[in-house]
Amino acid sequence: MKKNYNLFIPCDEAQHVCDKSQYKEASLFEKIKLSLHLAFCKVCLQYNRKNTKLTNIISKNNAQESLYLDLNEKNSLQNMFERELNR
Amino acid sequence: MAEHKLNPNTWIEKYSDYLFNYTIVRVDDREIAKDIVQETFFAGLRSMKNFKGEASERTWLISILKRKIIDHYRKINSNKGKAEVRMAYNSDADSEGDWLEERVADPYAENAESKIENNELGKAIHNCLSKLPEKQATIFRMKTIDGFDTETICNEFDITASNLWVIIHRARTAMAACMEKNWF
Repeated sequence: MKKNYNLFIPCDEAQHVCDKSQYKEASLFEKIKLSLHLAFCKVCLQYNRKNTKLTNIISKNNAQESLYLDLNEKNSLQNMFERELNR
Repeated sequence: MAEHKLNPNTWIEKYSDYLFNYTIVRVDDREIAKDIVQETFFAGLRSMKNFKGEASERTWLISILKRKIIDHYRKINSNKGKAEVRMAYNSDADSEGDWLEERVADPYAENAESKIENNELGKAIHNCLSKLPEKQATIFRMKTIDGFDTETICNEFDITASNLWVIIHRARTAMAACMEKNWF
């Protein structure tokens, strides 16, 4: 994508930057342009909020999921244990 | 106090999550935690005859688990050739041998609630994912949940980066709308 040195960016670019920043892939300059855009664009502000919220709950889910055994791990544990039990 | 009995057949089902959760916050490595939990169950099985019935099944298993975790700490410590672990478990000699069962703190299942909520959240996310077109769902999952970087996914699906971002954008919009309806 060609570099855009204009401080004011259109909505589609703002949303693109917003998507990128959800994965920490937006550059500092892009983030500055985004926040400037968000200062006057209600639609993108709304999009930004929803997007951030989505990122938060997914990462929350990821973080918590890893604290528990998933089904496969449990099954393999169960199998090994049963083998030991039947010895 | 009622006499407690051991029933190894139900151990995995009833306690594996609890023991794993207990371990993972202490050792911070899923593979090691899994091994420790497994060893704990085996050790419990081997020493069933030593169970006095004074503590509940779970407390007893946790007490074994604690030993295993300490063993693990000791092992990683001695690898670096440092730190001898000394602990004064109990000052009076009378209760020798009992200290394991006695000294276990058992904060009762403080995670139960958040776990239920978490299961529901996971379900809601997977439900929404399943409503997306397959390609979008796969790419979104790879990018967001599995954390692959852009380049890997682009190579995998033979698409350009801006292509990928368009797909991600559509997926995110749909996911946000779906989660809005079903979760918040």
